[in-house]
Amino acid sequence: MYTENVMEHFTKPRNAGTIEDADGIGEVGNPVCGDMMTFYIKVENDRLADVKFKTFGCVAAIAVSSKVSEMAIGKTIKEARSITNKIVAEALGGLPKEKMHCSNLGAKGLSQAIKDYEDKKFGKPKSEKAPVRKKKQKRHIQCNHCDTQNPITANFCMSCGEKINT
Amino acid sequence: MKGAYLDHASATPVRKEVIEAMLPYFEQNYGNPSTVNDMGFKIKQVIEKQRAKVAELIGAGAEEIIFTSSGAEANNLAVKGAALARQKKGKHIIVSAIEHNSVLNSARFLERLDFEVTFLPVDEDGLVDPERLSEAIRPETILVSIMHANNEIGTIEPISEIAAVCREKEIIFHTDAVATVGNIPVDVNKLNVDLLSLSGVSLSATKGVGALYFRKNLRLMPLIHGGIQESGRRGGTENVPGIVGLGRASELALEELPGKVSHVRRLRDLLVAGIVKQIEQVKFTGHPEKRLPGHASFCVEAIEGEALIYMLNQEGIYSNTGSACASKALKTSPVLVAIGIRPDLAQGSIVFTIESSNRIEEIEYALEKLCLAVEKLRSISPIWRGKAVA
Repeated sequence: MYTENVMEHFTKPRNAGTIEDADGIGEVGNPVCGDMMTFYIKVENDRLADVKFKTFGCVAAIAVSSKVSEMAIGKTIKEARSITNKIVAEALGGLPKEKMHCSNLGAKGLSQAIKDYEDKKFGKPKSEKAPVRKKKQKRHIQCNHCDTQNPITANFCMSCGEKINT
Repeated sequence: MKGAYLDHASATPVRKEVIEAMLPYFEQNYGNPSTVNDMGFKIKQVIEKQRAKVAELIGAGAEEIIFTSSGAEANNLAVKGAALARQKKGKHIIVSAIEHNSVLNSARFLERLDFEVTFLPVDEDGLVDPERLSEAIRPETILVSIMHANNEIGTIEPISEIAAVCREKEIIFHTDAVATVGNIPVDVNKLNVDLLSLSGVSLSATKGVGALYFRKNLRLMPLIHGGIQESGRRGGTENVPGIVGLGRASELALEELPGKVSHVRRLRDLLVAGIVKQIEQVKFTGHPEKRLPGHASFCVEAIEGEALIYMLNQEGIYSNTGSACASKALKTSPVLVAIGIRPDLAQGSIVFTIESSNRIEEIEYALEKLCLAVEKLRSISPIWRGKAVA
């Protein structure tokens, strides 16, 4: 299912770990969805001197984190920002379609860490107002039995099969 | 390379004896059993012999067995066939929430034909409560389908108690015994069931063959219309080699069952004891005692099952998981959800299923590699905080 490159990074993840005095930390995903990544960066002279990560997730998620960290080290902030999910996936020789969100998460994790660093260094830009939240239309309904989110049209829970009372 | 195949719930290796029994039915005896020439007639007789062998394994009569293409087809035929044949009596059926997809989706299909379906919840060990079932039964209930044992968590359901409830109210009762036939003693009369599905995949026969037991004279609407094969209950020329294989596998299973149960239980207990001793924060799933003898299932805190499976895979160890990442739909296993496992913990699910061919060394090897893999994955997991987390 996975390319050799993916398996190689999964078996021997580069830069796994944490940085105690990190300049920026980016945390994305959550364990409930199955993937969670935390990136730590150390910046020297506008370059990423060190990048470390910790990942909870599948083979793809671990390989992506490893690849992202490897690609980012030594790059300038600007260069590192240009690492997109597509570039990561390509560098790994491709990912199965249903695993593309993992590469998304990797790129997002790194840019979050960079943003955290910049926010700390320059302060949050004033122009960045809290975005006005649109009133979210209810599109999901929670199952009373197992708390799974189901589409509003569902009559039965897609996880446990219990009838959904609307 | 050293290795251990511990995923027998997914598929079992086909036994040599089974293959040998099947071989004459490819090149030499290839006639169509429905024809009246000598070759066809002989093969028809061979099929009937296999029917008797499969029947003997589950304490049934030969005329009460229908050969199908899989356990899934047997489940489909049982649920849809029995419900459709009885729809004038009522249109309500009950299945448990942890049934195999072939039962769940058959039930959902019936919903589209204006049947009403109750998906019966289970407790945290995965057990169906017969009293709860009794309460769910209505005057128009015509069918109940509860699996004998769950393949993901290993729990064995109280089938004879459930059957007694159904018998009292004159409701047809089906059990999916794909996970149990060949692994524990199964007797349709002791269980008191009307319909029972089994499959070649879990009996060391080939894929593409299964069987459905139906109590004599029970009406079933065929799903595959055709000739009068399988006494008109399933059309299509018989899968002769597959059926011969299933027959031989049934014979072997019957002979070897007593020794097998104690052997696989010993290995399973060894594996479980090792995990308890060496890996902290593991949640075992399914009932601790009422479970399949060769079945160990648990969730490992702070790691994801697919990664764990692949890591073991690289050491030649085969196992399975109910993690969302490992399913194409990226959905957590409904069984784990139904027994109330926390979603993040459910990600770390892993299942080992042991057969008589497994050796003690394989279990020790798997245990050693499992501990290493868990340690490695936890070392890079952002949510692993060691013992501090309760």
